[in-house]
Amino acid sequence: MGTYDVHVTIENKPGISDPEGDTILNDLILKGTHSTITKIKAAKMLKFTIKEKDKKTAQKKIQEICDELRIYNPMVSKITIDVFDA
Amino acid sequence: MKIGVVVFPGSNCDRDMYHVLTDVFHLDTQYFWHDKGLPKNIDAVILPGGFSYGDRLRAGVIAAHSPVINDVRRLAAKGIPILGVCNGFQILVEAGLLPGVLLKNTSLNFMCEWTNLVVENNQTPFTNQFELGQKIPIPIANGEGRYYVDEATLEKLKKHNQIVFRYTDSVNGSSYNIAGVCNEDFNIVGMMPHPERAVESEINPIDNKPSSLIFKSLLHTIGVEN
Repeated sequence: MGTYDVHVTIENKPGISDPEGDTILNDLILKGTHSTITKIKAAKMLKFTIKEKDKKTAQKKIQEICDELRIYNPMVSKITIDVFDA
Repeated sequence: MKIGVVVFPGSNCDRDMYHVLTDVFHLDTQYFWHDKGLPKNIDAVILPGGFSYGDRLRAGVIAAHSPVINDVRRLAAKGIPILGVCNGFQILVEAGLLPGVLLKNTSLNFMCEWTNLVVENNQTPFTNQFELGQKIPIPIANGEGRYYVDEATLEKLKKHNQIVFRYTDSVNGSSYNIAGVCNEDFNIVGMMPHPERAVESEINPIDNKPSSLIFKSLLHTIGVEN
Protein backbone atom coordinates (compact mmCIF):
# COMPACT_ATOMS: atom_id res chain seq x y z
CA MET A 1 0.00 0.00 0.00
CA GLY A 2 1.31 3.44 -0.89
CA THR A 3 0.02 6.95 -0.35
CA TYR A 4 -0.34 9.04 -3.49
CA ASP A 5 -1.25 12.62 -4.23
CA VAL A 6 -3.51 12.74 -7.22
CA HIS A 7 -4.11 16.03 -9.01
CA VAL A 8 -7.25 16.25 -11.07
CA THR A 9 -7.36 19.22 -13.44
CA ILE A 10 -10.81 20.09 -14.75
CA GLU A 11 -10.93 22.33 -17.79
CA ASN A 12 -13.30 23.15 -20.62
CA LYS A 13 -13.02 20.96 -23.69
CA PRO A 14 -11.63 22.57 -26.84
CA GLY A 15 -14.39 24.57 -28.50
CA ILE A 16 -16.17 25.43 -25.25
CA SER A 17 -15.59 29.10 -24.57
CA ASP A 18 -13.57 30.00 -21.50
CA PRO A 19 -14.42 33.64 -20.69
CA GLU A 20 -12.31 33.58 -17.52
CA GLY A 21 -9.14 32.53 -19.33
CA ASP A 22 -9.87 35.00 -22.14
CA THR A 23 -10.37 37.85 -19.70
CA ILE A 24 -7.12 37.10 -17.84
CA LEU A 25 -5.30 37.00 -21.17
CA ASN A 26 -6.83 40.04 -22.84
CA ASP A 27 -7.43 42.35 -19.90
CA LEU A 28 -4.43 41.55 -17.71
CA ILE A 29 -1.55 39.78 -19.41
CA LEU A 30 -1.69 41.41 -22.84
CA LYS A 31 -2.27 44.85 -21.33
CA GLY A 32 1.16 44.56 -19.77
CA THR A 33 4.30 43.88 -21.73
CA HIS A 34 3.89 40.11 -21.96
CA SER A 35 3.10 39.90 -25.64
CA THR A 36 4.54 36.40 -26.05
CA ILE A 37 1.57 34.80 -24.29
CA THR A 38 -0.94 33.49 -26.82
CA LYS A 39 -3.47 31.57 -24.74
CA ILE A 40 -4.66 31.06 -21.17
CA LYS A 41 -7.14 28.45 -20.03
CA ALA A 42 -8.74 28.72 -16.61
CA ALA A 43 -9.07 25.36 -14.86
CA LYS A 44 -9.98 23.97 -11.48
CA MET A 45 -7.72 21.50 -9.68
CA LEU A 46 -8.74 19.03 -7.00
CA LYS A 47 -5.92 17.43 -5.03
CA PHE A 48 -6.78 13.99 -3.70
CA THR A 49 -4.67 11.96 -1.30
CA ILE A 50 -5.34 8.25 -1.66
CA LYS A 51 -4.00 4.99 -0.25
CA GLU A 52 -3.76 2.33 -2.95
CA LYS A 53 -1.47 -0.54 -3.85
CA ASP A 54 0.20 1.29 -6.73
CA LYS A 55 0.09 4.42 -8.88
CA LYS A 56 -1.88 2.79 -11.67
CA THR A 57 -4.63 1.63 -9.30
CA ALA A 58 -4.73 5.09 -7.70
CA GLN A 59 -5.21 6.72 -11.10
CA LYS A 60 -7.94 4.23 -12.08
CA LYS A 61 -9.79 4.71 -8.80
CA ILE A 62 -9.78 8.51 -9.09
CA GLN A 63 -10.97 8.32 -12.70
CA GLU A 64 -13.85 6.09 -11.56
CA ILE A 65 -14.79 8.52 -8.78
CA CYS A 66 -14.72 11.48 -11.15
CA ASP A 67 -16.95 9.67 -13.66
CA GLU A 68 -19.37 8.22 -11.12
CA LEU A 69 -19.94 11.41 -9.10
CA ARG A 70 -19.76 13.78 -12.09
CA ILE A 71 -16.81 15.62 -10.58
CA TYR A 72 -16.57 17.05 -14.10
CA ASN A 73 -19.38 17.49 -16.60
CA PRO A 74 -18.33 15.39 -19.60
CA MET A 75 -20.47 17.47 -21.95
CA VAL A 76 -18.26 20.52 -21.58
CA SER A 77 -15.23 19.54 -19.50
CA LYS A 78 -12.35 17.13 -19.55
CA ILE A 79 -9.99 16.05 -16.81
CA THR A 80 -6.30 15.31 -16.62
CA ILE A 81 -5.11 13.06 -13.79
CA ASP A 82 -1.55 13.25 -12.49
CA VAL A 83 -0.33 10.88 -9.76
CA PHE A 84 2.61 11.65 -7.45
CA ASP A 85 4.21 9.84 -4.51
CA ALA A 86 2.95 11.55 -1.36
CA MET B 1 -53.73 18.64 -4.06
CA LYS B 2 -50.26 19.16 -2.71
CA ILE B 3 -47.21 20.93 -4.07
CA GLY B 4 -43.75 20.17 -2.70
CA VAL B 5 -40.99 22.76 -2.48
CA VAL B 6 -37.67 20.98 -1.99
CA VAL B 7 -35.19 22.67 0.32
CA PHE B 8 -31.46 22.00 0.02
CA PRO B 9 -28.73 23.40 2.26
CA GLY B 10 -28.22 26.80 0.66
CA SER B 11 -31.60 27.16 -1.05
CA ASN B 12 -32.71 30.77 -0.64
CA CYS B 13 -35.72 31.19 -2.91
CA ASP B 14 -37.74 28.46 -1.20
CA ARG B 15 -39.72 30.90 0.93
CA ASP B 16 -40.50 33.20 -2.00
CA MET B 17 -41.77 30.19 -3.91
CA TYR B 18 -43.80 28.97 -0.92
CA HIS B 19 -45.26 32.46 -0.46
CA VAL B 20 -46.36 32.66 -4.10
CA LEU B 21 -47.84 29.16 -4.11
CA THR B 22 -49.75 29.64 -0.85
CA ASP B 23 -50.57 33.37 -0.58
CA VAL B 24 -51.03 34.19 -4.26
CA PHE B 25 -52.32 30.94 -5.72
CA HIS B 26 -53.79 29.35 -2.55
CA LEU B 27 -52.18 25.98 -3.10
CA ASP B 28 -51.59 23.42 -0.40
CA THR B 29 -47.80 23.61 -0.30
CA GLN B 30 -45.24 21.89 1.86
CA TYR B 31 -41.47 22.15 2.24
CA PHE B 32 -39.45 18.94 1.89
CA TRP B 33 -35.91 18.79 3.24
CA HIS B 34 -33.57 17.28 0.65
CA ASP B 35 -32.63 14.17 2.61
CA LYS B 36 -36.25 13.18 3.22
CA GLY B 37 -38.46 11.37 0.78
CA LEU B 38 -41.36 12.84 -1.16
CA PRO B 39 -44.87 11.40 -0.69
CA LYS B 40 -46.34 9.29 -3.47
CA ASN B 41 -49.52 11.39 -3.73
CA ILE B 42 -47.80 14.71 -4.43
CA ASP B 43 -49.13 16.68 -7.42
CA ALA B 44 -46.09 18.73 -8.40
CA VAL B 45 -42.56 19.31 -7.18
CA ILE B 46 -40.64 22.57 -7.38
CA LEU B 47 -36.88 22.90 -6.93
CA PRO B 48 -36.32 26.55 -5.98
CA GLY B 49 -33.35 28.80 -6.56
CA GLY B 50 -30.43 29.48 -4.29
CA PHE B 51 -26.88 28.31 -3.77
CA SER B 52 -27.21 24.66 -2.78
CA TYR B 53 -24.01 23.57 -1.07
CA GLY B 54 -22.59 27.02 -1.76
CA ASP B 55 -22.23 26.14 -5.48
CA ARG B 56 -19.20 24.04 -4.43
CA LEU B 57 -17.54 22.18 -7.30
CA ARG B 58 -20.20 23.35 -9.77
CA ALA B 59 -23.66 24.85 -9.30
CA GLY B 60 -26.17 22.10 -8.60
CA VAL B 61 -23.88 19.09 -8.85
CA ILE B 62 -23.76 18.15 -5.16
CA ALA B 63 -27.51 18.63 -4.65
CA ALA B 64 -28.06 16.40 -7.69
CA HIS B 65 -26.78 13.54 -5.52
CA SER B 66 -29.26 14.26 -2.68
CA PRO B 67 -31.62 11.44 -1.69
CA VAL B 68 -34.66 13.52 -2.70
CA ILE B 69 -33.54 13.45 -6.33
CA ASN B 70 -34.29 9.71 -6.51
CA ASP B 71 -37.88 10.53 -5.58
CA VAL B 72 -37.99 13.41 -8.06
CA ARG B 73 -36.80 10.97 -10.72
CA ARG B 74 -39.46 8.42 -9.73
CA LEU B 75 -42.28 11.00 -9.69
CA ALA B 76 -41.10 12.51 -12.97
CA ALA B 77 -41.25 9.08 -14.61
CA LYS B 78 -44.91 8.90 -13.54
CA GLY B 79 -45.59 12.21 -15.31
CA ILE B 80 -45.78 14.43 -12.21
CA PRO B 81 -44.94 18.07 -13.12
CA ILE B 82 -41.48 19.10 -11.93
CA LEU B 83 -40.20 22.68 -12.12
CA GLY B 84 -36.63 23.75 -11.44
CA VAL B 85 -35.95 27.47 -11.15
CA CYS B 86 -32.41 28.87 -11.34
CA ASN B 87 -30.38 26.63 -9.01
CA GLY B 88 -33.26 24.15 -9.28
CA PHE B 89 -32.68 24.10 -13.05
CA GLN B 90 -28.95 23.62 -12.49
CA ILE B 91 -29.71 20.68 -10.19
CA LEU B 92 -32.04 19.09 -12.77
CA VAL B 93 -29.41 19.24 -15.53
CA GLU B 94 -26.68 17.93 -13.22
CA ALA B 95 -28.99 15.06 -12.23
CA GLY B 96 -29.41 14.26 -15.93
CA LEU B 97 -33.16 14.92 -15.77
CA LEU B 98 -32.85 17.73 -18.30
CA PRO B 99 -30.40 18.07 -21.20
CA GLY B 100 -27.57 20.58 -21.39
CA VAL B 101 -25.46 22.33 -18.82
CA LEU B 102 -25.28 25.79 -17.24
CA LEU B 103 -21.94 27.55 -17.49
CA LYS B 104 -20.56 30.77 -16.11
CA ASN B 105 -22.12 33.80 -17.81
CA THR B 106 -20.02 35.19 -20.65
CA SER B 107 -19.80 38.48 -18.75
CA LEU B 108 -18.36 36.56 -15.74
CA ASN B 109 -20.76 38.66 -13.66
CA PHE B 110 -23.50 37.62 -11.32
CA MET B 111 -26.36 39.01 -13.41
CA CYS B 112 -29.39 40.42 -11.58
CA GLU B 113 -31.65 42.15 -14.06
CA TRP B 114 -34.96 42.11 -15.93
CA THR B 115 -35.10 40.07 -19.11
CA ASN B 116 -37.76 39.28 -21.67
CA LEU B 117 -38.69 35.72 -22.57
CA VAL B 118 -40.60 34.29 -25.47
CA VAL B 119 -42.70 31.15 -24.97
CA GLU B 120 -41.59 28.50 -27.45
CA ASN B 121 -43.55 25.50 -26.13
CA ASN B 122 -47.01 26.02 -24.63
CA GLN B 123 -47.73 22.36 -24.01
CA THR B 124 -45.90 21.87 -20.71
CA PRO B 125 -47.63 21.83 -17.30
CA PHE B 126 -46.10 25.26 -16.66
CA THR B 127 -46.85 26.96 -19.99
CA ASN B 128 -50.22 25.61 -21.16
CA GLN B 129 -52.01 28.92 -20.47
CA PHE B 130 -49.68 30.92 -22.74
CA GLU B 131 -49.99 31.77 -26.40
CA LEU B 132 -47.01 30.60 -28.45
CA GLY B 133 -44.61 33.51 -28.82
CA GLN B 134 -46.06 35.33 -25.82
CA LYS B 135 -43.55 37.59 -24.05
CA ILE B 136 -42.74 37.43 -20.35
CA PRO B 137 -40.89 40.21 -18.51
CA ILE B 138 -39.04 38.38 -15.74
CA PRO B 139 -35.88 38.80 -13.66
CA ILE B 140 -32.77 36.66 -13.69
CA ALA B 141 -30.29 36.39 -10.81
CA ASN B 142 -27.42 34.05 -11.50
CA GLY B 143 -23.70 33.69 -12.10
CA GLU B 144 -23.88 30.37 -13.95
CA GLY B 145 -26.85 30.85 -16.23
CA ARG B 146 -25.34 30.36 -19.66
CA TYR B 147 -27.22 27.39 -21.05
CA TYR B 148 -25.02 25.29 -23.31
CA VAL B 149 -25.75 22.36 -25.58
CA ASP B 150 -23.75 21.12 -28.54
CA GLU B 151 -25.15 21.56 -32.05
CA ALA B 152 -26.44 17.99 -32.35
CA THR B 153 -28.30 18.23 -29.03
CA LEU B 154 -29.69 21.64 -29.97
CA GLU B 155 -31.14 20.20 -33.16
CA LYS B 156 -32.65 17.37 -31.12
CA LEU B 157 -34.20 19.87 -28.69
CA LYS B 158 -35.72 21.81 -31.56
CA LYS B 159 -37.03 18.64 -33.19
CA HIS B 160 -38.67 17.39 -29.99
CA ASN B 161 -40.01 20.83 -29.04
CA GLN B 162 -37.99 20.85 -25.80
CA ILE B 163 -37.09 24.54 -25.87
CA VAL B 164 -39.64 26.17 -23.56
CA PHE B 165 -38.36 29.74 -23.14
CA ARG B 166 -35.87 31.87 -25.07
CA TYR B 167 -34.54 35.32 -24.21
CA THR B 168 -35.47 37.98 -26.74
CA ASP B 169 -31.88 39.25 -26.55
CA SER B 170 -28.51 37.63 -26.04
CA VAL B 171 -28.41 38.00 -22.26
CA ASN B 172 -25.58 35.79 -21.11
CA GLY B 173 -24.24 33.85 -24.09
CA SER B 174 -26.70 30.94 -23.86
CA SER B 175 -26.92 28.60 -26.85
CA TYR B 176 -29.78 29.79 -29.11
CA ASN B 177 -30.68 32.29 -26.32
CA ILE B 178 -32.27 29.43 -24.39
CA ALA B 179 -33.67 30.34 -20.96
CA GLY B 180 -35.65 27.18 -20.23
CA VAL B 181 -36.04 23.63 -21.51
CA CYS B 182 -38.09 20.52 -20.80
CA ASN B 183 -37.66 16.76 -21.11
CA GLU B 184 -39.07 14.79 -24.03
CA ASP B 185 -42.30 14.13 -22.09
CA PHE B 186 -42.68 17.89 -21.32
CA ASN B 187 -43.39 17.30 -17.60
CA ILE B 188 -39.96 18.39 -16.30
CA VAL B 189 -39.25 22.07 -16.94
CA GLY B 190 -36.16 24.03 -15.95
CA MET B 191 -35.72 27.78 -16.28
CA MET B 192 -33.09 30.27 -15.14
CA PRO B 193 -35.41 33.30 -14.63
CA HIS B 194 -37.44 33.61 -11.43
CA PRO B 195 -41.23 33.50 -11.92
CA GLU B 196 -41.77 33.67 -8.15
CA ARG B 197 -40.26 37.17 -8.21
CA ALA B 198 -42.52 38.41 -10.97
CA VAL B 199 -46.12 37.43 -10.25
CA GLU B 200 -47.07 40.26 -7.88
CA SER B 201 -47.61 43.80 -9.16
CA GLU B 202 -45.94 45.22 -6.03
CA ILE B 203 -42.58 43.81 -7.10
CA ASN B 204 -43.05 43.67 -10.85
CA PRO B 205 -43.02 47.18 -12.32
CA ILE B 206 -43.54 45.94 -15.88
CA ASP B 207 -46.35 43.36 -16.10
CA ASN B 208 -47.00 40.60 -13.59
CA LYS B 209 -49.66 38.79 -15.62
CA PRO B 210 -47.41 36.76 -17.96
CA SER B 211 -45.34 35.24 -15.12
CA SER B 212 -48.57 34.43 -13.28
CA LEU B 213 -49.51 32.20 -16.19
CA ILE B 214 -46.65 29.85 -15.27
CA PHE B 215 -48.44 29.09 -12.00
CA LYS B 216 -51.91 29.27 -13.56
CA SER B 217 -50.74 26.66 -16.06
CA LEU B 218 -49.80 24.42 -13.15
CA LEU B 219 -53.22 25.03 -11.54
CA HIS B 220 -54.87 24.09 -14.82
CA THR B 221 -52.71 20.95 -15.09
CA ILE B 222 -53.54 19.66 -11.65
CA GLY B 223 -57.18 20.67 -11.90
CA VAL B 224 -57.43 23.47 -9.35
CA GLU B 225 -59.74 26.43 -9.92
CA ASN B 226 -58.99 29.71 -8.18
